[in-house]
Amino acid sequence: MKVFMLGWEFPPYISGGLGTACYGLTRGLDEVGVKVLFVLPTALPQGAGQAGPAAVSVVSAGPKTKGGAEEKGQGVFEHMEMRVLPAVLQAYGQPADYAKAVEKLRRLQAKGQWKAAGISIPIGALAPGALAGGYRGDLMGQVRRYATLAAQLALEEKFDVIHAHDWMTYPAGLTVAALTGKPLAVHVHSTEFDRSGEHVHQQVYDIERAGMHGADCVICVSHLTRSIVLGRYGVPAEKVQVVYNAVDPPKGGDFDVTPIRRDEKIVLFLGRITMQKGPEYFLRAAKKVVEKYKKVRFVITGSGDLIGSAVELTAALSLGRYVTFTGFLRGDDVDRVFRMADLYVMPSVSEPFGIAPLEALSHNVPVIISKQSGVSEVLTHVLKVDFWDVDEMANKILAVLRHPPLQRVLREQGQIELRKLSWRDAAQRCKVIYEQLAGAASVA
Amino acid sequence: MASVVFYFQVHQPFRLRRYSVFDSGTNYFDEQSNARVCQKVASKCYLPTNAVIAELIRAHQGRFKVSYSITGMAIEQFRRYAPEVLVSFQELAATGCVEFIAETYHHSLAFLYHRDEFMDQVQMHRRLVEDVFGQRPRVFRNTELTYNNDVAKLAEEMGFDVILSEGADHVLGYRSPNFLYVPPNCRRLALLLKNYRLSDDIAFRFGNRGWSEWPLTAGKFARWVDQINGNGYVCNLFMDYETFGEHQWADTGIFDFLRALPGKVMGIGDNDFLTISEAAARYPASGELDVPHMISWADIERDISAWLGNSMQANALYELYALADDVRASEDPQLIEDWRKLQISDHFYYMCTKYFADGDVHKYFNPYESPYDSYINYMNILDSVRARLARAKSARAG
Repeated sequence: MKVFMLGWEFPPYISGGLGTACYGLTRGLDEVGVKVLFVLPTALPQGAGQAGPAAVSVVSAGPKTKGGAEEKGQGVFEHMEMRVLPAVLQAYGQPADYAKAVEKLRRLQAKGQWKAAGISIPIGALAPGALAGGYRGDLMGQVRRYATLAAQLALEEKFDVIHAHDWMTYPAGLTVAALTGKPLAVHVHSTEFDRSGEHVHQQVYDIERAGMHGADCVICVSHLTRSIVLGRYGVPAEKVQVVYNAVDPPKGGDFDVTPIRRDEKIVLFLGRITMQKGPEYFLRAAKKVVEKYKKVRFVITGSGDLIGSAVELTAALSLGRYVTFTGFLRGDDVDRVFRMADLYVMPSVSEPFGIAPLEALSHNVPVIISKQSGVSEVLTHVLKVDFWDVDEMANKILAVLRHPPLQRVLREQGQIELRKLSWRDAAQRCKVIYEQLAGAASVA
Repeated sequence: MASVVFYFQVHQPFRLRRYSVFDSGTNYFDEQSNARVCQKVASKCYLPTNAVIAELIRAHQGRFKVSYSITGMAIEQFRRYAPEVLVSFQELAATGCVEFIAETYHHSLAFLYHRDEFMDQVQMHRRLVEDVFGQRPRVFRNTELTYNNDVAKLAEEMGFDVILSEGADHVLGYRSPNFLYVPPNCRRLALLLKNYRLSDDIAFRFGNRGWSEWPLTAGKFARWVDQINGNGYVCNLFMDYETFGEHQWADTGIFDFLRALPGKVMGIGDNDFLTISEAAARYPASGELDVPHMISWADIERDISAWLGNSMQANALYELYALADDVRASEDPQLIEDWRKLQISDHFYYMCTKYFADGDVHKYFNPYESPYDSYINYMNILDSVRARLARAKSARAG
C-alpha cells in the first residue's frame, strides 16, 4: 500500500495543528507499514516572521528527500519519501475547470512535453485583498501551481491511494485523481465555517465543497466536523468517516525552565490569535480571575490577525501586569512554555479537533477546553466549559490554581487517558480506509 | 429452615446547586432538582413498592417481614416534597412486621473522621426513628455498609445488638454470608453479612436480558434460597429500595417478582422471612470475623475507594472535617445543619474518577458532568461555609 499524500505543512515548518497532525499520521502509517510519498509545498508558516527563516530555498520537483525532516531531528521514517514542490501555500486559504487542465496535462503527457511553469489552470481571477484570515498575495495562484506540479509528479510515481489534507491541497488531489484514476481521500482538519464563522470566503468554500464531493472518502477529525461536512457541505453520510487525531509523547531531555516569576502560576493560551480560537474570552476570564487571585500570569502564545485587538483588550481591562504575549513559538520553545504552565486553556469558539490540549496533557499540564471542540469528544479527564461562559471559565481556572488535588487528579487521569490516543491507531484506521478504497477501485 | 432477611436502604441526598467561586449566597442546595427527584422516585418506587409490601404483609398474615433503613436526609425530603411517602412507611411500621434500623442521620462518612460527630449523628437518627416510627432501633448499619472491627466495637458500646455489612469475598474467604458472625472484641453484637450474589441478582441483574439466568422468576429464586438449607441459616438480601421501579423499571416485571416471591419462598419446606433482630435472636453466631480494614458494599472493590479513592475526595473530606470542632462549637444551628448536609457521602461519590470514562453506574446517578465539576462546586461551597464560620467567630469575639 502506497499513499500519495498531499499536505501543506510538515515539521519544522508549521503554523498550527495541521503540520503536527500530518507528521503524527505519517509516522503512524510508517509504523503500520504503509508507504507514504509526502508532497509538500515550500511552505512558509503564517506568522513565521518572528521565529522562522525568512525564506526557504525553492527546491524543484524531483529531488528525493528520504525520511523527510530527519535532518531536523524529527525522527527517521522507513517507508516515507518526501517531495517538495515550488509552490508557496502560505496560509489557511478552486477548482473551476479541472477538465480543461487535466486535458491539457494529458496532451502534454502524450507528447512527452513537460513544462510545469507554463501550465495554468483556468480559474476565476481573485480580487486583491478580498481574502479573509490573512490569505495573502496570489494564494489561489499558488494553490493552482501546487496542483499542477503535484499532477506532474504523480504521473512519474506509482501509488494506490491519494490523501489530501485541507482545502489548499484539494485541487491537487482532484487533479491527480482525474489524471491517474486512483481513489481520493480528503482529510478535513478544519472547514471555512470554523475559520471564518458565518462570513465564509466563497471561493474557499467552493474548493472545499468540490473536494469533498469529488473525493471517494471524506475523513473528518471529529464528529463535530463530520456534522458540519454533512450539514453545510451536503456530503452523503456514507462516505464520511471520523479519525481522531492523537499525540506523541513529548521528547525527553532537560530544558532550563525558569518561570517568569517563581511565585506566579502560569495560565497558558497557545494558538492562533484569531476569532476562531477565542482569545477574547480568555482575557475576559482572566479579568475575573485576578479579582480573586493575584499571583497569576496569563501567557498568550501565538500570532494572528487579532493580535492587535487582543493587546488593546488587555489594556482596556487593565490586565497589563498579568498578561504576557510571547508571539509565535515553535519546537523547543513550545515544549518550554508547556513545561512552565500550571494550566492550559483552549477557549475556542469552533475547533474541529484541537491537538494542543493533547500536547498540554502530554506535558503533564491540566487542561480546560471549550465544549465547542472536537477534542472534547475524546477527552473526559479535562475541564470543559462553553467558550462564551467566561464566569465558568474563571471559576474553573481559579479552582485549578487554588486546589492542588484537582491538578493532581487531572494530571494522573489525563496521563492514563492520553495513552489511549495514539497516532498508530489513527493510522491503522486510515489504512483500513485506504484498503477499502483501493479494493473498490480495483473492482471497478 | 432458611430465613430470608430483606433489608432495604432508603436514601436521597440533598444535591447541591451550582455554586461558582463568585457566588456568595448561603443557600447551597438545589431545591428544584431535589424536589423533582424525590417526587419522581416516590411515584416510581416508594409508593408502589410500599403498597406491594403492605399487600404482602396482609396476604401472608404477618409471616412476611422486612427491614428498612431510611436516612434522615430522605425523611426530611419526604416531609418537604412527598409527605404521603412518610405516611405509607408509618403504615408499614404499624403492621408489626417491619423493623426500622439506625445509621448516621446524614448518611455520612463521619466515622472515618470525627467520632463525636459520628455518635451525634447516630443518636439523631435513633431519635428520628423513634419519633417517626415508634421503634427504638436495635440494629445499626454504617453508611453504604462501610464497616470494620472498630465500627462494630463502637456500635456495641452505643447499645446496638446487631450490625450489618457486606459479605465481601476478601474478608469471608471460604466462609459463607449465610451464617451469623461476631466481631472481635465484641461480647454480644451479632454481625449479619449481605449475600451479594443473590442480592445483586435482584438489584443489578434482574432486568438484564444478556444474563444467563434471565428471566428471573420467583420460583427459580426461591429454589436458590432453599439451597441454603444445610449450609447456613439466613439469606441476607440487602439492597437499595430504589431497586424496585427505579433501578429496575416496572416493565422488567420487578413488582410481579416481588409480589410472587414470599409465597414461593414459604412454599418450599419451612423457609420463612425474618426481620434483622428476629434473625439475630433466633440463630447463633458461627464464629468470629476479623475485618481490620474498611469494607463496603460499593463497586467490585467492596472498599471505600468510591468516596475516598482520589486526591480530590481525600482533600474535600479533609477540609470538611477540619472545620468540625469550630462548626460544632459555633452554636449556629443553620451553619451546623448546612455543614452536616455537606457530609452526605453522595457528594464524594460524585467526585469518583473510577470508571468515569466508561460511563457506568457512577455516571448514571451523577448530577454533574464530571467528577471535577463536582469537586470544584463542593470546594466553592466549603469556602462559603469557612467564611461564615470566620464571621461567626469574630462576631463572638467582638
